[in-house]
Amino acid sequence: MFEGLSFSLEAGDALLLTGPNGSGKSSLLRLLAGLLTPLDGQICVNGTPVHEDIEGHRANTAYLGHLDPIKPTLTVLESARFWATMLGTLDRVDLALSMLNLSDLAAAPGRVLSSGQRRRLSLTRLLLSPADLWLLDEPTVGLDTRTVASVEQMVAEHRAKGGVVVLSTHIEFKLPGAKTLDLGDFTPAAFQAEAPV
Amino acid sequence: MHRFANPSQFMRVAEAMLPWMVALCIPLMGAGLYYGLWASPADYQQYDTVRIMYIHVPTAFLAQASYVVMALGSASFLIWKHPLGDLIARAAAPIGCVFAFICLVTGSLWGKPTWGTYWVWDARLTSMLILFFLFLGYLALANAFDDPARGDKPAAILAVVGIVNIPIIKFSVYFFNTLHQKSTLFGDLISGGEEAAMSALQQPEIAAAAAQQGSSLPPSMLLPLMLMLVAFSLFFLILLVLRLRGELATVRLRALRAGLRAG
Amino acid sequence: MNDFLAGFRAVLIRDLRLALRQSADLALVLGFFTIAASLFPFGVGPAPETLARIAPGVIWVLALLSVMLSLDRLFEQDLADGSLEQMVLTPRPLVLTVLAKALAHWITTGLPLIAITPVIGILLNFPTAGYSTLLIGLALGTPSLSLIGAVGAALTLGARRAGLLIALLVLPLYIPILIFGVTAVESVLTGFEARAHFLYLSAILAAAIPLAPLAAAAAVRHGVEG
Repeated sequence: MFEGLSFSLEAGDALLLTGPNGSGKSSLLRLLAGLLTPLDGQICVNGTPVHEDIEGHRANTAYLGHLDPIKPTLTVLESARFWATMLGTLDRVDLALSMLNLSDLAAAPGRVLSSGQRRRLSLTRLLLSPADLWLLDEPTVGLDTRTVASVEQMVAEHRAKGGVVVLSTHIEFKLPGAKTLDLGDFTPAAFQAEAPV
Repeated sequence: MHRFANPSQFMRVAEAMLPWMVALCIPLMGAGLYYGLWASPADYQQYDTVRIMYIHVPTAFLAQASYVVMALGSASFLIWKHPLGDLIARAAAPIGCVFAFICLVTGSLWGKPTWGTYWVWDARLTSMLILFFLFLGYLALANAFDDPARGDKPAAILAVVGIVNIPIIKFSVYFFNTLHQKSTLFGDLISGGEEAAMSALQQPEIAAAAAQQGSSLPPSMLLPLMLMLVAFSLFFLILLVLRLRGELATVRLRALRAGLRAG
Repeated sequence: MNDFLAGFRAVLIRDLRLALRQSADLALVLGFFTIAASLFPFGVGPAPETLARIAPGVIWVLALLSVMLSLDRLFEQDLADGSLEQMVLTPRPLVLTVLAKALAHWITTGLPLIAITPVIGILLNFPTAGYSTLLIGLALGTPSLSLIGAVGAALTLGARRAGLLIALLVLPLYIPILIFGVTAVESVLTGFEARAHFLYLSAILAAAIPLAPLAAAAAVRHGVEG
């Protein structure tokens, strides 16, 4: 998929992935999340290849894909509480819901949510996750400008705390001091990436 | 061990051995068929039908051996990520499936003159039938994905799950069979002393096992049976190497195509 | 330890909630069980002694098929909406997540089947003396059906014609449970004890509880890739 691709990120860094459709932005994010196995090359965190401790890597990674894992019959609060329990951060639920303006919708079942609301509910998972590495695949699809601004705010705060963000997007997204990687330059073949956190 | 896990190194050894195996297999098979079909006596009760044994028993043995080979290859693929393990499992599966099928067909043909019917839910035939189903499941799963490479791990897991279950399945089938024995034709048709004499021949695996302990099967029948067992085992290995060659070529072709598409 | 249990409980409660709020799916399985059972009198004739003879086997085979038909609920929808990959990415051990899902599946499939079995028994003139054995056998056997089924459902994630494929993979593995379940009833009806049969069913369950989630978790991990 990629050839001769290599990069490294320090604490507080952000990486913006650009490139045409099909250049592999989503695949790269899935590789970094451990949801795809590289054919060749490796991904390292703090100098250790992640495949040596894939469970530990996944525990330290928050991945936001194209899909919103929302059940039509579960309410917003039930959904948020479920993921918070799975992530071990049940105490953060109220805060996360209010930060993404979902508090009023807490009792609403998933089937009545608009696509923007569904996306916001997915984004709460980032606030619930204790992970240092955020992998965001087009996080702002379907969001209004006000929510985009609060996502930018979330990302900035995460970086200020020493977190690392890798993000792909098609629209304008404020990411001050971010490195940019145009994947159009690296198709095809072997893949190598290093991301010390 | 790990040196041979490299597919091309393994294939070099296997290809070198192939002509020797063929050279050994053909005369053994010929001798086995000669002794089995002409030079051994017919059974005093089953007459010439007993000769089916010389095909039936080796295929039964090899069908089971194929599953073991498949499961071992799959386990090594899952544990050590040896690509060779997956290739061996994929190569062995259709061979084992065909052996199981031949075993079922010959068993059924043998059943007609001895049991009076083509199919009896006898414990050995039933477990072979289930083994055949397990092979079918493996083959179906390995080929159920649009990207053929995606089927490797599920199929390997299934093979390992299968081998864990086979002893349980066998045990339950024998259990089922002993409970229902009174109602089968087997018990009704044959009585007393004849039953003991026939059962040694009708239940070939037991006959073979007993023969190994030096009893029951006369040497004139034991010799062709052993010849056929060795010849069939060689035949299995030959087929395995040939199929491995094909599997390896398929994988390489897929890699080349992927490279071309990307380029 | 407490932490592990929190994740297990969260998945269990979530899956139970989902199943109960889509209770039409539940009714579907029970409907299949009942309708299929009521076909047999048409197939073999309504003679009470014929029905009594085949009733234990029919009930067990149909329980097997009903469980199998509901297996797609285990992982399919969670794969489609991305929940499954997020579960893989949480720090919770996937083996426990899978075990919780299998338990939820049994509570919403196996238990209702057991509850409705006496009614099916009446339809099929099931011999009264065998009821308790039948129900105990089902209680010991159906959890294994859900666990082994979870392996099949996980293996077929992303496959073509997954529903048919699950049947091909899982039904041969169900045979021992069927044999011990049916022969337990038959031995009680012919005046013997069913203790040995229950022990075998329990042994299968005891082996399936740790092993099946292990295999299913490995398959799920592969299933969410790509």
